[in-house]
Amino acid sequence: MKSRTTALAAGFTALGVLAALGACSAPAADDGITTISVVSLIPGSDDAAFDAFNEQVAQFEDANPDIKIEPQEYEWTGPTFAAQLAGGTLPDVYTIPFTDTKTLIENGQLADITAEVEKLDYADRFNPNVLAQAQGSDGQIHGLPTAAYGNGLQYNRAIFEAAGLDPDSPPTTWEEVRDAAKTISDTTGLTGYATMAASNTGGWQLAVATYARGGRLEVPDGDSVRVTADNDGTKDALEFLKALRWEDNSMGADFLLDWGTINQAFGAGQIGMYTSGSDIFTNLVQSQAMDPADYGLASLPLEGSDAGVLAGGTVASVNIKATEAEKAAAVRWIDFYYMQKLIDQDAAVLDAKTLAESDQPVGVPALPIFDEATLEESRQWISEYINVPQEQVSFFLDNIFDQPTIAEPVAHTQDLYAALDIVIQAVLTDPDADVDALLEQVNVDIQALIDADQ
Amino acid sequence: MSTTVQRRRPRAALSTWLRGGGLSTLVFLLPMLVIFGVFSWYPIVQAGIMSFQKTNLVTAPEFVGWDNFARVLGDPNFLIAVQNTGYFALLALLFGYPLPLVAAVLMSEVRRGKGLFSALAYLPVVVPPVVAVLLWKFFYDGRPAGVFNTIIGWVGIPPQPWIQNAMQAMPSLVLEATWAAAGGTVIIYLAALTSVPPELYDAAEVDGASVWQKVWFVTLPQLRGVLLITLILQVIGTSQVFLEPFLFTGGGPANSTVTVLLLIYRYAFQNSLGGNYGAATALSVMLALFLALLSLVYFQLTKRWSS
Repeated sequence: MKSRTTALAAGFTALGVLAALGACSAPAADDGITTISVVSLIPGSDDAAFDAFNEQVAQFEDANPDIKIEPQEYEWTGPTFAAQLAGGTLPDVYTIPFTDTKTLIENGQLADITAEVEKLDYADRFNPNVLAQAQGSDGQIHGLPTAAYGNGLQYNRAIFEAAGLDPDSPPTTWEEVRDAAKTISDTTGLTGYATMAASNTGGWQLAVATYARGGRLEVPDGDSVRVTADNDGTKDALEFLKALRWEDNSMGADFLLDWGTINQAFGAGQIGMYTSGSDIFTNLVQSQAMDPADYGLASLPLEGSDAGVLAGGTVASVNIKATEAEKAAAVRWIDFYYMQKLIDQDAAVLDAKTLAESDQPVGVPALPIFDEATLEESRQWISEYINVPQEQVSFFLDNIFDQPTIAEPVAHTQDLYAALDIVIQAVLTDPDADVDALLEQVNVDIQALIDADQ
Repeated sequence: MSTTVQRRRPRAALSTWLRGGGLSTLVFLLPMLVIFGVFSWYPIVQAGIMSFQKTNLVTAPEFVGWDNFARVLGDPNFLIAVQNTGYFALLALLFGYPLPLVAAVLMSEVRRGKGLFSALAYLPVVVPPVVAVLLWKFFYDGRPAGVFNTIIGWVGIPPQPWIQNAMQAMPSLVLEATWAAAGGTVIIYLAALTSVPPELYDAAEVDGASVWQKVWFVTLPQLRGVLLITLILQVIGTSQVFLEPFLFTGGGPANSTVTVLLLIYRYAFQNSLGGNYGAATALSVMLALFLALLSLVYFQLTKRWSS
């Protein structure tokens, strides 16, 4: 009897303690301080990058004593974003690519911040095409575009030199790219030219290659959209890859690369050339420990009428669950961290100085959010802190403003990219892959998704 | 002939239960019930419900009846996933099932150092699965300088693409999966082998049986029960393979390593705008029912054979 009573008493006490602990995590008292969680950097960025970020958080908190910032490491990838969205674990401020903003707005996932944005003094200076990426069909603003980028030809200057090529004359046509790739793989044994092929990034780069040859993956069709994956641009791009892979053997041995792993291989000096966003220098230096002296960026060879550069960008949005106070605080953070350096000289200099002190990249190539003049001006302000070797990226910067920029396909973009991943993988791993049949299948599959929405 | 019939029902069953320690039993069971309920049973029920809904866990769900099941069955990737999973299970059965048995039989014959061999056999199981896969991904590098390509180069075989080729990808996955899991089964078989009465071997020896005949006529029949259990466990386990396709190839090249579980993952998580959890749970339910049915049939068929 005694031991049983003791046991029962112990059991109930334990349960009681657990209940009390549960109550302990109640929200802190309201003392006038609004706490918001914001995205910081990609996990795996080096310590110096986090130091610079934390320094900027401190600067913001000093200027805004009523706001407390809780940083959260974050990298936008399709699967993890979907899970976080469903689980409600996204921070109050997070960034998403242009491809997803419209649908998220329609699904009511992004907070309406029109009122807060209109209080900003640069609200009417946005390039309307860029701001449209963050607006709903009713014109309400649901986010602020923080960055826009084009696509360019990334190349490793050290590998070029080792292969006997001149790093200051990067290829300007796709034939020249092919020749350079062959030279690199023949002389050094490294991968001459690589392409992404997985995690939807393969489809993205195939879209880049398609646009660069004048093709289009989706065309408007009345109220709807028609998928044209079997256009000549895409077919040419795939023939190009086929030739490099099976005739020249200059594409190495890994055909399942995605954005992260191709950057890794490039940063490790295993790849001569590939196409990617014009803003990846930050990732290469912060996460892949690449030597900036080896980095080269050239413009995409554009061939054919209607050829252009696929442009994308990032929008900073506020979580739909944020309260009014949190929304206001969130917009103030977005303004401070992402926007001020683009339009205010003091803020730009402070930002550049903070980054430069921690050896973080300053002056990474970008496309204008407002207009070209504003971008130029902001570059002038921070010119003494720019540590991205401007001569090495001049081959891109000199041309980008003359190249037409084209938005990504609008309907079921990520699904389209996923389907194109399969096509690229097939072309690179199977010498007998039937390109026409594969592209026709993409047309059918994605068109079915688009039609089901109607 | 008198039969004892319990004519007197205990009155006040509750107080008897309490006095018999029923309450303390319940208190000790409660944590397990709560944890299982929250993390196992509730999600199973939720999944069952979601399989009849159109839901992305973000917007409100709506009931769509059998639509999800129809959509999954009509998806061309479904057939590919089923074929690939069957192929993986078959390869694992042909290669990965006899291997631990052979290893265990050989190891049981070793006079000294049995403990060392057991530890070595079990070591791959101890390596965290993700670490093992990333390690093997490095080994499978398709360049001539890749680890495996270098090794096979010593015997004059040209460099192979391994996971970069649709034909070789699945067998490569099976190779790693076998390496990682064989150790556990070896230990089980070693233990089971000790229960084989040595007199049977002596009797066989007297009858003039060779080593091979001893294994076939004595060892295997004695191990029948364990072998049948590990067979069905292996089939169930390999039908749910996810880690190897996900980490090695992401389902590639060109969907040649997409398995059923990877397809479920894609339905749920591939779309950054909110997954199709209805389709994902529908496929999960179908897989679970299939495996349950398979086990039922299996145990019915083998009831005669197991001791």
